[in-house]
Amino acid sequence: MRFPYKTDYGQDLDLFKSSSDRFWYGLLALVLLSMPLWVDTFWLGEVSYVFILGIVGIGLMILTGYAGQVSIGHAAFLGIGAYTHAILLSMGTPFVVSLVGATALSTLIGAGVGFPALRVAGIYLAMATFAFNFLVEFVFVRWESMTGGFSGFAVASPEFLGVSFTSGGGFYYICLLSIVLAILLTLNLLRSPTGRALIALRDSETAAQALGVRLARYKTTAFAISAGLTGFAGALFAHRIGYLAPDIFTIMFSIQLLLMVVVGGMGSIHGAIFGAIFVGALPQLIAIMRDYLPDSVARQPGIEPGIFGLLLVLTILFEPRGIYGRWLKIKHYFSVFPMHKKAAFSRQKSYTKSER
Amino acid sequence: MTELSQLIVYGLATGCIYSLIALGFVLIYKATEMVNFAQGDLLMLGAFVAVTFILTLGLSYWLAFILAVIVMAAFSYGLDAVVLRRVIGQPQFSVVMLTIGLGFIFRAGATMIWGTEPYNFPAPFSSGVSVVGGVVISHVAISIVVGTVVLCSILWAFFRFSKLGVAMQAASQNQLAAYYMGVPVKRIFSLIWAISGGVAAVAGILIAPLTLVDNTMSMLGLKAFAAAVLGGFGSIPGALVGGILIGMIEQVSGAYFIDGSKDIAAYATLLLVLLLRPQGLFGAVGRKKV
Repeated sequence: MRFPYKTDYGQDLDLFKSSSDRFWYGLLALVLLSMPLWVDTFWLGEVSYVFILGIVGIGLMILTGYAGQVSIGHAAFLGIGAYTHAILLSMGTPFVVSLVGATALSTLIGAGVGFPALRVAGIYLAMATFAFNFLVEFVFVRWESMTGGFSGFAVASPEFLGVSFTSGGGFYYICLLSIVLAILLTLNLLRSPTGRALIALRDSETAAQALGVRLARYKTTAFAISAGLTGFAGALFAHRIGYLAPDIFTIMFSIQLLLMVVVGGMGSIHGAIFGAIFVGALPQLIAIMRDYLPDSVARQPGIEPGIFGLLLVLTILFEPRGIYGRWLKIKHYFSVFPMHKKAAFSRQKSYTKSER
Repeated sequence: MTELSQLIVYGLATGCIYSLIALGFVLIYKATEMVNFAQGDLLMLGAFVAVTFILTLGLSYWLAFILAVIVMAAFSYGLDAVVLRRVIGQPQFSVVMLTIGLGFIFRAGATMIWGTEPYNFPAPFSSGVSVVGGVVISHVAISIVVGTVVLCSILWAFFRFSKLGVAMQAASQNQLAAYYMGVPVKRIFSLIWAISGGVAAVAGILIAPLTLVDNTMSMLGLKAFAAAVLGGFGSIPGALVGGILIGMIEQVSGAYFIDGSKDIAAYATLLLVLLLRPQGLFGAVGRKKV
């Protein structure tokens, strides 16, 4: 086990904790940058999708993992971003401007939804967000002049400075750049006073309030940032799917997004990324698994949501810290190799926490 | 006027179902502070179990009714004892996610066992109608209202007069004190889950002749949240009144507002209540203690 011995303030500000971190992230950057050279278009598309999910994951992680507010309605923000972007593009707005427009609109709406959240806590918020999801879905269906209703809406291909990049490399780099920016933004946000206020608010609202954290302000901020990032990802998502229909942005999708952060690992950026990889890869895994299962089980229509549910339940029961938590445990096991203690990560015994 | 009374009668019937589901939430919430997002799925399972008893085993309606309620009560008891008890003490978020996950599993399981085709639910009074002052009232609607009233009276008497019911009240008011007085709190909680599962089964069987039995029934559970919140989460009379109000709001908005608003009226009401009066009609949201 290594303990970084900090000798100056610069080290505290450093994004990488040690030189080995620097090496591994450098290697990862190299692999990701060179990917279009040695990976075919299909997998490039899949990786871009994971990046998009990753941005949503980071957005949701800020809200749920750091500020402790549950949202079962993030597909709505994704949809708002996607529709705004597509509509702006169809009106001839340049790519970057419409991207900013989509982000801005979902940020505003996010702040609006965050507002009732100030008065209610915990479960009420979960209910408010899923009600919001249904309302937004309704608007997508009914506002036919704008959204095309049930029949859907074709998205114009992305074009930047007169260069069009529909498939493969170009779009991949846009997504890569976006997720890197999102991560940097979030890392910096989390060590700013705002980020620390969010974490304080998650751990104990009352204590945070006593220390002068203004709940109203920070909850709304968390909602707005989270919705903004999700809306931004939604704009990219619109290009990824190419054709928008209201039945994509349902509560099922919201729950899938939430599954992403829970399975990935609550309260860490790594968790959001791991979760995105996991959820992005899951349909493929299920498709592969189907080949090995007997037909009577594999051809069942309801199997996919069932697997989602099962994974959710198993994660919460057996590894509440998600994939990232498990990864930390494995890492710890090897770094202290013969001296690993079973109790190193065990939780304190806990009793029912009362909200009354 | 006749149209409005017709809508109100129909709204009263669906509202009673919302009331029963909301009652299930509230019972569990009052006792364990868990919010059960799978209540609608329990309702769906109850209806499926009953339909199996009737169609496959050829039992009579009343026998199937009682057996399905017992099966669902036992199932919910097991659910609490095996799964939900493990997350006590974890943040509320975990419980929400856990019950959502369980709901998904139940729905997938129901699809695997019973398929995607909806079942017609045969009840002895399925086709009967009465006309009162120009308003057509189906006997199914009457059965729902009567069933709700009977069930609520039984539950009221149970909580008021039986030793077990009083122990349940004690456990939900103060776990520790109840424990010191010799109340087996864990078993009581599982029993409350059992009651809640039984209530869900009753609701499922009552509404089944009206809707057909398939896995979209679980969506009723989400709408019932609106009922529970409107009445003030944690208040039993509130849940009952809230459910009936939501049922009526839904019917009336479906007829008099824009097309399709029936589907979202409950959710819109939910948001409005949270915005304007988060404590609901009957509830009291206290300050959170540290």
